[in-house]
Amino acid sequence: MPILEFKNVSKVYNNITKALTDISFSVYEGEFVSIIGPSGSGKSTILRCINRLVDVTQGSIIFDGHDINKADKKEIRQVRKKAGMIFQHYNLVDRLSVIENVLHGRLGYKSVMSGVIGHYTEEEKEKAFQILAMLGLTEQAYKRCDELSGGQKQRVGIARSLMQEPRLILCDEPIASLDPSSSKIIMDHLSDINETMKITCIANLHQVDVALKYAKRIIGITAGQIVYDGPPEKLTRSKIYEIYQSDEGELITDVK
Amino acid sequence: MDKTTEKAPRPNNQTSVFVQRKRTFTLAFLGVAALFVVSAVVTNYEIIGGLESIPKAVIWMAQHFVPNAKAWSRLPYILSKLVETALVSVAVTVCAAICAFFFSLLGTKTTRTAPWIARIVRIIAAFFRNVPDVVWAILLLFSFGQNILTGFFALFFSTFGMLTRTFIETIDEVSASCVEALYATGATSLQTVFNGVIPSSLPEIVSWVLYMIETNIRSSTLIGILTATGIGYLFDLYYKRMDYSSASLVVISIVILVIAIEILSNKIRKVIM
Repeated sequence: MPILEFKNVSKVYNNITKALTDISFSVYEGEFVSIIGPSGSGKSTILRCINRLVDVTQGSIIFDGHDINKADKKEIRQVRKKAGMIFQHYNLVDRLSVIENVLHGRLGYKSVMSGVIGHYTEEEKEKAFQILAMLGLTEQAYKRCDELSGGQKQRVGIARSLMQEPRLILCDEPIASLDPSSSKIIMDHLSDINETMKITCIANLHQVDVALKYAKRIIGITAGQIVYDGPPEKLTRSKIYEIYQSDEGELITDVK
Repeated sequence: MDKTTEKAPRPNNQTSVFVQRKRTFTLAFLGVAALFVVSAVVTNYEIIGGLESIPKAVIWMAQHFVPNAKAWSRLPYILSKLVETALVSVAVTVCAAICAFFFSLLGTKTTRTAPWIARIVRIIAAFFRNVPDVVWAILLLFSFGQNILTGFFALFFSTFGMLTRTFIETIDEVSASCVEALYATGATSLQTVFNGVIPSSLPEIVSWVLYMIETNIRSSTLIGILTATGIGYLFDLYYKRMDYSSASLVVISIVILVIAIEILSNKIRKVIM
């Protein structure tokens, strides 16, 4: 049984802008899927439909056996707990410390009051430090997030999502604001998490070569429709040009 | 620059930006000038007469608005009233800020309230803000009479309106991105407010509260004249008795206090930002 299933999903913003048109695909446990496509093609919308940051207009999304479009407020929290998310701009609370940001990943598990006053158990703190150690951020734990570099911030973002003990991690342009060396560190961590912890990853990427290197499966999106869905080896040059609707020889990428 | 005989191409069939700028400036200048002339004519304002009276006013103030020995003997009393006024202003601003913060949460996008609730919040805030505090004071005089409560509520209402609106804008601007991430972890609205919205917007909010304290100390002087309380009442009293020296000491002490508060709040801002 797939962990995630899109069935004929469409999304229209404000009754005018068509973001997604009749999208269907399934993701199986442990897969590393990369969604590629031009800006504005609907990549972010797909991810945000999965954890209901965006409501779909038509179709259904089955995540972990639940139809999430029928979920009420309480069930949405359950869905979001199981789907970690990392963002292009990290979306941390910059004025709080690294460890506090990581612990935010537990909010979905806590009662409203203990979440409000920020009360975390010793086990939760221990787990947070373990995750930080794994990501090489032990020394940064008590620093404020606005003191960190972009690559470090994104690792905090990953730590926060791992704190949720997720079954799925949604990555919305995780390396779009990072330099090549930080990008490699982030992608290596994601790939490691995917392989050793068996957490399913769906990553929106702008860099085709990165997607081909890390993902086990590529979904190409153009103007809200899937134009490619398959392994990276079968993604031909002409298919890439079709995805980006560009003429041959006009893309900055090293694909053979 | 190398000299080439051929000119660089420019956009076709579009008005040049430079011409457009000149046109805008000319129109704006003519507009302001016309406004001034029309309003001067309508109100029978004599420009030259107005300017001529400035030196006279300065000379009159220099002669009468100087604290004398009698005024200095009243200083302790003046200061006690000044402190009272300042403390009331601080209390009003803090009360209004707390109410405005929770009210503004309903109006921000961060709490994901229904759009119609947000609109109602904005309308209520606009109503409280757009009635000037002096008008609030006059209206409230009917219910509370010449009482310190009148001044308190007058300042409370206008501060509440002003801060609600600024808080809504500040919160939406500062915390939109982390709020999205916190909701994505499965946090509730209340958890998101306490873990995301408050930590990221607190410095800005404190800064606005400090600014409102400064403003309210100034306004409370004027409102005090209406409600016969605080330092404003004292100024009014001395002024009507034609005891200009004492009145001047009141003014000087207010100015010193406001400047002191401004310096202090700038220091606080530097620390928290």
